Amino acid sequence: MSSNGIRDQVAIVGMGCTPFGERWDKSVNDLLVDAAKDTIESAGVTLDDIDAYWLGTMTSGVSGVALSKPLKIDYKPVSRVENFCATGSEAFRNACYAVASGAYDLAMAIGVEKLKDSGFSGLTGIRPVGDGTDAALSSPAAFSFVAPAYAHRYGVDAEEMKQVMSRIAWKNHRNGALNPRAQFRKEVSLETITKSPRVAGDLGVFDCSGVSDGSAAAIICRAEDAHRYTDNPLYVKALSFVAGPGGGASDPEYDYTTFPEVVRSAEDAYRQAGITDPRAQLAMAEVHDCFTPTELVLMEDLGFSERGLGWKDVMAGVFDLDGDLPVNPDGGLKSFGHPIGASGLRMLFECWLQLRHEAPPERQVATVGPGRNLGMTHNLGGAPGECVSFVSIVGPELSD
Amino acid sequence: MTGNERTGILAWGMYLPYWRLQRAAIGATLGGPAGRGTRAVASYDEDTTTMGVEAARRALRALRGSPPDDLYFATPAPTYLDKTNATAIHAAVELPEWSGAYDLLGSVRSSVAALRAAQTQAASGGTRSLAVVADLRTGLAGGPEERDSGDGAAAFVFGPGSTDNPIAAELVAHAAVSSEFLDRWRIPGDADSQVWEERFGQEVYVPLVEAAAAEAWRRAGVVAADIDYLVLAGLHVRGVQAAGKSLGTRPEATVADRSAVVGNLGAAQAGMLLADALEQAAPGDLIAVVVVADGADVSVFRATDAITEVQSGRAALGMSTVADSVGAGRDDLPYARFLTWRGGLRREPPRRPDPERAGAPATWRVTPWKSGFTASDCRACGFRHLPPSRVCLRCRTIDEMDPVRMADAVGRVATFTVDHLAFSPSPPVVGAVVDFEGGGRYRCEMTDVDPERLAIGSQVEMTFRVLSTAKGIHNYFWKARPVGTLTDGSGDERNGDA
Repeated sequence: MSSNGIRDQVAIVGMGCTPFGERWDKSVNDLLVDAAKDTIESAGVTLDDIDAYWLGTMTSGVSGVALSKPLKIDYKPVSRVENFCATGSEAFRNACYAVASGAYDLAMAIGVEKLKDSGFSGLTGIRPVGDGTDAALSSPAAFSFVAPAYAHRYGVDAEEMKQVMSRIAWKNHRNGALNPRAQFRKEVSLETITKSPRVAGDLGVFDCSGVSDGSAAAIICRAEDAHRYTDNPLYVKALSFVAGPGGGASDPEYDYTTFPEVVRSAEDAYRQAGITDPRAQLAMAEVHDCFTPTELVLMEDLGFSERGLGWKDVMAGVFDLDGDLPVNPDGGLKSFGHPIGASGLRMLFECWLQLRHEAPPERQVATVGPGRNLGMTHNLGGAPGECVSFVSIVGPELSD
Repeated sequence: MTGNERTGILAWGMYLPYWRLQRAAIGATLGGPAGRGTRAVASYDEDTTTMGVEAARRALRALRGSPPDDLYFATPAPTYLDKTNATAIHAAVELPEWSGAYDLLGSVRSSVAALRAAQTQAASGGTRSLAVVADLRTGLAGGPEERDSGDGAAAFVFGPGSTDNPIAAELVAHAAVSSEFLDRWRIPGDADSQVWEERFGQEVYVPLVEAAAAEAWRRAGVVAADIDYLVLAGLHVRGVQAAGKSLGTRPEATVADRSAVVGNLGAAQAGMLLADALEQAAPGDLIAVVVVADGADVSVFRATDAITEVQSGRAALGMSTVADSVGAGRDDLPYARFLTWRGGLRREPPRRPDPERAGAPATWRVTPWKSGFTASDCRACGFRHLPPSRVCLRCRTIDEMDPVRMADAVGRVATFTVDHLAFSPSPPVVGAVVDFEGGGRYRCEMTDVDPERLAIGSQVEMTFRVLSTAKGIHNYFWKARPVGTLTDGSGDERNGDA
């Protein structure tokens, strides 16, 4: 029983990402075509060259036909996958494994979600016919348990906690302001964030990620073939995915200050990639900032900060664009919104830009350089105590 | 009918909702005269079934030994037609599967039928029977019905006495007269009742009550002056009051109707006042219950020598009295919210999907959990699962679980949140993670709660409510509420732990 990993066995050789936002002008199919078109151009291939597809979407389509029809795919395997907020990453993970197995030479992972057409605020679920016993709590409410629990455990007073949360939103909006693909491209003042109307618990509107439409995609080949397509591939160092027993809501020992699933998937990914000091070895991380307290706890669960000290690192600017370890340099879910199926691949797209020095100069992180060039993407899906977690690590060089 | 010496009332329970509406709030909003006093208001997540469950739980709390064999539920405001409502109460208080559960629907008088059915069943079969009466009174905005009525429920267990459960009061006599005339009526589906001119009803009712009472006194072998507690109930207030004065009972015998605080509880009024009388009566006292509705029913009960023991037993359990319940509650319900709850004010819904309807098979499969709030305990390691699980969260043992009812457990708030986004007929939703005494944690909605006064560590108990209503399906489940909300923090605390 072990997660063996496929370090350096496959490479990303092309990526594309649509602008995210209220894309009233684009259908799901349009978004898929846009992302796929950019991605094949990026890799210098045609759709005919792709041997298999993985489509990630939670609510915007079912079955492989949701992709094969808009792209007019000629009788190739298309798998549609779903795994909560890690849906896009799940498409990527499966495409990587298919290529690593030798079953296919070239695979595409593509994610899409169209949330704005529903007309609702926030996310809407997809549930089978239920027994009616689930509490009607919204996603912000489920995550709002985290902030007071963290503050209580580590002796952070309520006002200070609010400042920490606001600073995370401020940082991600500041990064997003520099990103033409982001849904929100304006800096937001700390005061505006702190005073925004409450959605649930201590979470204000600006502590929550937005709701948007978008699509992103990647093309994967065996590592040894990578240079046929690009001079600057990204090699996959680690892919870890875990689903937990979901007992947090019924376990009196769970205290809402950590996501055990994230801890496990990070440990697994670091082991696959040979990472022992993530804060020093990673050059950047794209993490699942669905709500500001989530990003705070992730800094500890992912091993970037000591337990109970993440809030101090946040306030010290450690995770800023020019900090020791830039986190969400593209602006994160905060600036992009969270089209479920697309988010994981959107994060990967930022690694694609940053690690290959293709990010615009005003956003290019200085931490990427010789000897330090690994990037992480991380998704969390579900709610505290009952979630899935995905971690990938990618880098531009093969390991020794 | 003659009372059977061997059976009678063993236990009772009364439920009044948390909320009171100040009558002055109606006038302040609608521009009418400022009324005085308050009325009891069922919350947005309550109906006659849930209030019936709460009353039944209280009655059964005072009962030892075997559960009742039959359940008779009366209400003029049923949640369902065609489908029996009593089965939801039966499931929530976990009566045995083989017991009967029946509705008696339609009018205030149905409540008399429920009590008589339970009494008669107990007397003839020597078994325990549970009668539950509940009402949720509606009325047009600004009208007397809305202002003067109230919501609540009561429950009584009839059966043979035993050492553990002596009879508190036995039925000595009952007499009824019936009369077909238009006092009050409602077409099924209408939200509000219609009434004929009050003086007409008074003219008809007074002689009916006098006749029924005279026959009841004769059958009981008593005279009016012997009655120690006179319970007068009925929605025709003028008729009830006039009849009461004409019976020749001692003036001080009349049990205060509490309507200034809770309103006229309709079908539950007689039950509440009978419970009130039982909580005050001394051995040998005679309690006459007069229900004025489409005729008149007069029942005469005699408190037994054991009533003092029954009363002190209830006090030892920390059970609230009717007087406690009437005096508790929160009386600052805004009239606009009251109207919204009753469907009188159409409000902008949140931009969120409507709740999904609960599926019948999915619901049925989890009846012990959904209706009885029954968790599972792992036999191997003792870990308690809410909801019940087949695989143990702690030790992963499979299918080695024992059911454990958690509906009557108290817990403490581990953490909570106020959710402004979730759909609710009365936002915001308050969600809490509750750690139960004796083990087990559950994340649920809260009700009857002021989030400003809620804190980590607050003590809570579970209450049976309507979680949501979708496509005509009322989704019943349990919510947590602060202990003490119905008793001003003094009466209903358990485990000596306030």
